[in-house]
Amino acid sequence: MAKDQDKILSEVTQSEYKYGFVTDIENDVIPKGLSEDVVRLISKKKEEPGWMLDFRLKAYRYWLGLKMPEWAHLKIPKIDFQDVIYYAAPKQKADLESLDEVDPQLLETFDKLGIPLEEQKRLSGVAVDAVMDSVSVKTTFQDNLADLGIVFCSFSQAVREHPDLVKKYMGSVVPYRDNYFAALNSAVFSDGSFCYIPKGVRCPMELSTYFRINAANTGQFERTLLIADDDSYVSYLEGCTAPQRDENQLHAAIVEIVAMKNAEVKYSTVQNWYPGDKEGKGGIFNFVTKRGLCMGDHSKISWTQVETGSAITWKYPSCILRGNSSVGEFFSVAVTNNYQQADTGTKMIHIGKNTKSIIVSKGISAGKSQNSYRGLVKVSKNAESARNFSQCDSLLLGDQCGAHTFPYLEVDNSTAIVEHEATTSKIGEDQIFYCNQRGIDTENAIGLIVNGYTKEVLNKLPMEFAVEAQKLLQITLEGSVG
Amino acid sequence: MLKIRNLHALIEGKEILKGINLEVNAGEVHAIMGPNGSGKSTLAAVLAGREIFKVTEGSVEYNGKDLLDMAPENRAHEGIFLGFQYPVEIPGVSMVNFMRTALNEKRKYFDQEPIKSSDFLKIMREKKALVEIDSGLTNRSVNEGFSGGEKKRNEIFQMAMLEPELSILDETDSGLDIDALKTVAQGVNMLKNEHNATVVITHYQRLLDYIVPDFVHVLYDGRIVTSGTKELALELEEKGYDWIKEQF
Repeated sequence: MAKDQDKILSEVTQSEYKYGFVTDIENDVIPKGLSEDVVRLISKKKEEPGWMLDFRLKAYRYWLGLKMPEWAHLKIPKIDFQDVIYYAAPKQKADLESLDEVDPQLLETFDKLGIPLEEQKRLSGVAVDAVMDSVSVKTTFQDNLADLGIVFCSFSQAVREHPDLVKKYMGSVVPYRDNYFAALNSAVFSDGSFCYIPKGVRCPMELSTYFRINAANTGQFERTLLIADDDSYVSYLEGCTAPQRDENQLHAAIVEIVAMKNAEVKYSTVQNWYPGDKEGKGGIFNFVTKRGLCMGDHSKISWTQVETGSAITWKYPSCILRGNSSVGEFFSVAVTNNYQQADTGTKMIHIGKNTKSIIVSKGISAGKSQNSYRGLVKVSKNAESARNFSQCDSLLLGDQCGAHTFPYLEVDNSTAIVEHEATTSKIGEDQIFYCNQRGIDTENAIGLIVNGYTKEVLNKLPMEFAVEAQKLLQITLEGSVG
Repeated sequence: MLKIRNLHALIEGKEILKGINLEVNAGEVHAIMGPNGSGKSTLAAVLAGREIFKVTEGSVEYNGKDLLDMAPENRAHEGIFLGFQYPVEIPGVSMVNFMRTALNEKRKYFDQEPIKSSDFLKIMREKKALVEIDSGLTNRSVNEGFSGGEKKRNEIFQMAMLEPELSILDETDSGLDIDALKTVAQGVNMLKNEHNATVVITHYQRLLDYIVPDFVHVLYDGRIVTSGTKELALELEEKGYDWIKEQF
């Protein structure tokens, strides 16, 4: 690790968002705006069965009656939902027999992002589902995984090939009535990843989805559904980037996880959507609903997230601990710089007996940014001996940023033990000078100090991602002191 | 090696150094003594390049270069080491990582390749033995949860790792019991040679029993009011700082 750290420290010298390029590719784009016809058009483009269209329409009609939520500690400019394109797909053949049929420009795009889709160039032991704008471009290693009975494919493919699983679980953890953005996503989602791990199978490689927004004025609405059957295990990674554009772009995703008896799911995210420029112009509006259901006894769901991008982040990966002795974990590093705003945290809902949850949240604010932790720990009446430990730390760089903590506790069972610790600190001038005196310049000193501060969370990430995350932290905070 | 001429410095508008003159040559050990608030630590901080102090007058020449013109990290690369009176904790950053980064930054400054891991670990082992530092300390985060004595010993360990030309030790003896004091002093003596120099800043004479200075300077009210050999330190010990205060 330390060796990689050195490499990162030495190689990161440019402070530009390096994924800001645009791929010039012919797109199948529908006109701007949202209506029932648009919902039908998306469904038609995707050649979906009737039940899927029904689901979308119900969600759309419900959404029409909703108002944008205003409770978050965020200043959100008015979003004109009629000014967004809801479907954009790189033109290519619908069903690909092999990689040779994928547009070379698409392959090149993902290569540039460090995600080679050719399996021989693969990252060691990572299967990737690559999603560009509204569609999945390619899923690697499908065949190898199928040998073990693991299904890993795009959401569209799952609708076609595994309709029973999709029908049973889609919306079971995040119903379309859940919130404003969940309803919107349910109406217009275009693609995403689907994964099913059968009973007793330990998935031998990391599964990952890489999301890329490319087309202008386009929203990305993907949906991920992950089902881990009894006694199974999977580690899942998610990465995202977008081009540098002056206008804001909308991203509203849903992730649903179901863990059956004794199953364990690790879900890691390195979120690096374009954050906007130094004056706060442009950037992605990121409104995401992520939730896991620990359905079976002794199941475990673990969320790890590193949030560095987006102009606005609104995201609370949560766990519903229904199975007895089930475990929910949330490890988060959220960094904001310049004019970024983040309101992020988690919900741990204890329903089963002996359920446990851990929350470790590390916020870092720099520039003129605002960074809020918002977390709910709820222990319901029957959750005997439930335990929660929460630790929320905030680190401030400079004196024009803000860090806020909003913990909510609802405990309805007297045998529960709930602990909450919170700290706020600043990177001290004395710490930086101490590093300077040992020959480490200020930029590198901040990198070291921030990496030290976030180590507890970064250690939870799979290796490649941990390295990536360290780089990102460094880039995000570049020029934030001095 | 070091030539300080008429150095004036202030913090928040208050003048602390009021015209320091001092010359240090290779192979020498200088002790700077003085009552609290006389400007000893300020002098150390100004030489190391701490920005909260503003130099208003005077010059500092280090190996022929204008020291005051250099960024603090470059002063470190050029061989200036400050042993802190209050070493700072950096949670989550291991000593190993911290030292390797420091060493590699110095190598980069001199256009050298980063050090190989195996070589680095070998140097670490050697220096640890030299300054008799507990192995456990280097596996922990920088100064985090260290006792006062451990922190000071860790400063000497870092000094050994970085092999400075000019070491300024700011109240290295404060908060140490006699055994820890001996170990620290022994480390400093081991690292001493004809190419480097040491400036020891201290309030008490007792450290000088173990690190024997060639010259002793007494700092009072921002000026060096008198200089001499180690006998001056003994005289000070005997008569107390009031003697200085009365005279100047």
